[in-house]
Amino acid sequence: MSSVLYDTPGPRAKRRNVLYTIVFLAALGLVGWWVLAALADKNQLAADKWSPFVTDSEVWTTYLLPGLTETLKAAGLSILIALPLGAALGIGRLSDHRWVRVPVGALVEFFRAIPVLLLMMFANQAYREFTTVSSDFRPLYAVVTGLVLYNASVIAEVVRAGVLSLPRGQGDAAVALGMRKGQTMLYVLLPQAVTVMLPALVSQLVVIVKDTALGGALLGFAELLSQNRQITANYGANTIATLTVIALIYIVINFALTSFAGRLEQRLRQGRKSAAVTLPAQAGAPDEKSKAVSDA
Amino acid sequence: MFDFLDSGQYDLLGAFWVTAQLALYSAIGSLIWGTALVSMRVSPVPLMRAFGTAYVNIVRNTPLTVVLVACLLGLNQTLLITLGGERSEGIGFRLAVLGLVAYTGTFVCEALRSGINTVPAGQAEAARALGLSFTQVLTLVVLPQAFRAAVTPLANVLIALTKNTTVAAAIGAADAAFLMKEMIENEADALFAVFAVFAFGFIVLTLPTGLILGWAAKRLAVKR
Repeated sequence: MSSVLYDTPGPRAKRRNVLYTIVFLAALGLVGWWVLAALADKNQLAADKWSPFVTDSEVWTTYLLPGLTETLKAAGLSILIALPLGAALGIGRLSDHRWVRVPVGALVEFFRAIPVLLLMMFANQAYREFTTVSSDFRPLYAVVTGLVLYNASVIAEVVRAGVLSLPRGQGDAAVALGMRKGQTMLYVLLPQAVTVMLPALVSQLVVIVKDTALGGALLGFAELLSQNRQITANYGANTIATLTVIALIYIVINFALTSFAGRLEQRLRQGRKSAAVTLPAQAGAPDEKSKAVSDA
Repeated sequence: MFDFLDSGQYDLLGAFWVTAQLALYSAIGSLIWGTALVSMRVSPVPLMRAFGTAYVNIVRNTPLTVVLVACLLGLNQTLLITLGGERSEGIGFRLAVLGLVAYTGTFVCEALRSGINTVPAGQAEAARALGLSFTQVLTLVVLPQAFRAAVTPLANVLIALTKNTTVAAAIGAADAAFLMKEMIENEADALFAVFAVFAFGFIVLTLPTGLILGWAAKRLAVKR
């Protein structure tokens, strides 16, 4: 085990590392023991608080799975609407015409600067006042609207970065073949940009899934997280158990998506056919182009 | 249309001040926590590496809303931890800072890790050749360069953090989103004006951050 940051440990360093491991383990164990003891003290670790999730299928069929369905429905609808909209906005931002480029750019920057929660609350109230959407569906509509407005502008930036990352020669060659601007974009630039963008798009999906939980907390959207109120009300105040299970479901879904994005990125980097740089899947890549991609 | 601004009924500046404070305290906290996490992730002790990786992967994939709700329901209502806050807004504020630090720290860690990756291997090798220990290599040679390379991603994390402070409204911190929720219900006929005011507030908070740190990133970048 060696890294560029430290030498291969010799006998003394090995002993020191063992000591550090023990100290760290002790600190972790202490914190963990304290938390568990405090939870046990509040009777949160009792078996009957946790057993419903294993023995009682009704917890799943009545609460968790319907909640998960709502979460996935909202996330799926959002990405389905946001993708074409974002692509259109991204292409609009690359337009040769000032009167298209500038307003589209302003729109994208505006929606990127506003917290998605404010967009959801605004959409919720707007639907209440100006439409006849029944109050059962209003939270879903509001959540999807907020997510679409925000993520379309993020995807617009991803698309723009993807197209700009292609070598100039691609567009030039298309023009030399006599293609029109629309054809160049549709048949030459976009198909190559899509492969470049894929990892970034998949990790944007993680952001969308995570943001659906906002609707549950503040708009009364019956998604996964909001089920914790129902479950704790019906199964004897098992707050910790319920939150743990709900968090685990989110983590499993998002971890699968994140690692899929990572693998996709690796594969594209290794076997890429175009000369473009693959946009990184994760937030916080150092280069300027990935600015749009990073979103905590 | 904007008469709600003069009514004196709503403390707009106060709410945005809470948002700014949330962002500031969480930014400082998550910078420290993120640095600690990244140090663990590159450290020679396997257990610390494993902990850092596991923590980042778990927390980064949990929705912030779940983190904050868990802070409220788990830490506050079950374990009765108040973090020294008094009334419910005070407790909500402190818990929100804690949750935001725990969540944003993972993104700071990832930004710094990408910063560390930009530092040429020769830098660390030269430092080791001089006989510096791991702690010295990290704190004297690698991290200072990594921070300078990571200004742009850190700025993006800070902007995202500023926007994420709105989630604190879910656990009762009296921030801008909390006030907006109240206002769009009371001033329903001025919906667009209310939204415009809050949107403007957030643009005022995030736009200068991006511009100043973008300029700083160019100034600070290590020329190679």
